[in-house]
Amino acid sequence: MTLNQLTIAEARDALRAGDVTATDLTHACLSAIDAGSPLNAFVHHTPDIALAQAEAADKRLRAGDAPSMCGIPVGIKDLFCTRGVPSQAASRILEGFLPEYESTVTQNLFDAGAVMLGKLNMDEFAMGSSNETSVYGNAVNPWKSGDAPLTPGGSSGGSSAAVAADLCLAATGTDTGGSIRQPAAFTGIVGLKPTYGRVSRWGTIAFASSLDQAGPMTRSVRDAAIMLGAMASVDPKDSTSADRPVPDYEAALTGDIRGKRVGIPREYRMDGMSPEIDALWKRGAEMLRDAGAEIVDISLPHTKYALPAYYVIAPAEASSNLARYDGVRYGRRAALAAGDGVTEMYERTRAEGFGPEVQRRVMVGTYVLSAGFYDAYYNRARKVRALIKRDFDQAFADGIDTILTPATPSPAFPLGSMQDADPVEMYLNDVFTVTVNLAGLPGLAVPVGLNGDGLPLGLQLIGRPWDEGNLLNHGAVLERAAGFAAKPSRWW
Amino acid sequence: MSIDPSEARKVAHLARIAVRDEALPALAAELNGILHFMEQLNEVDVTGIEPMTGVEPMRLKRREDVVTDGDMQDRVLRNAPDAREGFFAVPKVVE
Repeated sequence: MTLNQLTIAEARDALRAGDVTATDLTHACLSAIDAGSPLNAFVHHTPDIALAQAEAADKRLRAGDAPSMCGIPVGIKDLFCTRGVPSQAASRILEGFLPEYESTVTQNLFDAGAVMLGKLNMDEFAMGSSNETSVYGNAVNPWKSGDAPLTPGGSSGGSSAAVAADLCLAATGTDTGGSIRQPAAFTGIVGLKPTYGRVSRWGTIAFASSLDQAGPMTRSVRDAAIMLGAMASVDPKDSTSADRPVPDYEAALTGDIRGKRVGIPREYRMDGMSPEIDALWKRGAEMLRDAGAEIVDISLPHTKYALPAYYVIAPAEASSNLARYDGVRYGRRAALAAGDGVTEMYERTRAEGFGPEVQRRVMVGTYVLSAGFYDAYYNRARKVRALIKRDFDQAFADGIDTILTPATPSPAFPLGSMQDADPVEMYLNDVFTVTVNLAGLPGLAVPVGLNGDGLPLGLQLIGRPWDEGNLLNHGAVLERAAGFAAKPSRWW
Repeated sequence: MSIDPSEARKVAHLARIAVRDEALPALAAELNGILHFMEQLNEVDVTGIEPMTGVEPMRLKRREDVVTDGDMQDRVLRNAPDAREGFFAVPKVVE
């Protein structure tokens, strides 16, 4: 076992005991990152910042002033603005952009003593489910079955690959429709999307503002609890940041879920669902029942409309958010021909700067918001969204504590295999996760088993709003019962 | 509802994305596929339902109307592809 393989909790205890230093941990991760370059997970390296932060953390540790994240080396998704460090959202249009400010999430992590190793690959502007829309090229899943390289999921594919391959102890992710939970499930790690408003969005490059939420991607549920505690805050710079104190999530991990009511939504049993996923789901429910929870069949009747509603609302918000990339204030401007005016500058800059999936979504969003279609698409989608949220409200009002579902409809698929597919087929990856964003709820992906080909599969737990502590506690029970300890065998 | 190539051109222009003429039919077909997928929403009875604006009923935060930040023109302009004399510079606009 090398230092880069530790969990946050193990590293914290070793750091506090003086058995290791943050500098040792950081060196171990930097070496692992160098060796892990075939995974294309880290796309901007910040070893100088990391070593300076590690030295500062060691000082704090020696002084006895060490919060849980102090000295913990992490990777940061390229969507977070980090001062003086490239922050491109994996897009060509933000080439050369060096933020003059620090996102609240990274500032909170740094204040807690965390060490930034670099920036992580992702789908462009977080639009994708396979990390194949990135300007940096594909990130690669450390797990393999056969020869074809597999997707680490998306959009937080660099984060999932890096954590699963032990390049860092944990990573930040963001989740608009499943972008933390799907890649976590594809790589056998834990991923938490908090309640909307729990983690500040300030300084995080926006995709769909009413859905975006950042969260931790870690190797254990306990680590997710620790890291969420450091990422979350009440932030006056984000008007949607909730005015609620951040509780001690780790203290909520009692391991006791006796008497809790876990809902199994019948609408998540999709036609043509893989028997492997179905069996995993049943096994997960049995594990929670054996731990003393009551398993209850529930109905969330509007589930099937979540994806189409999402693919109206998210592109609509994206078309508005991405209007700012115009080649004027930051990023890349297209070369202009003689006589080109400002409109040509906008149109060429955006045609060259955005990849095909981002262009597609911006145009879909523009269309559904345009005069004559606003009511038919956008307003209707927002009404359906209200119904989806009402389904969950009803289940929780009936005494359900958490809801158990599959995390993804399949295990990780080969990179390139969806190339000729309809865009809508790729969107189906989000079928189990997207409801949670629409309703603003916390959702947790936990690795539960391997499929017949030796690839990880995860389950999702959905919690009541602001009830991350209880959600994580259920996750910890599931994690312990499943005993998932498999690691990808190293080929890189 | 269905998008033809000329409608696709209009959408691309509204989005300020240059699309070559020969790419318009494929773009129109792709947008139609996505819109067709969205049309499932027409099956839902939304009578009397208010469109959802936010997940949490909360009053938008207020603060004193005072300056909290500023005096950093150089930092604001530092990332501009073209900045001159304290301004963002763009091609000449002739209307």
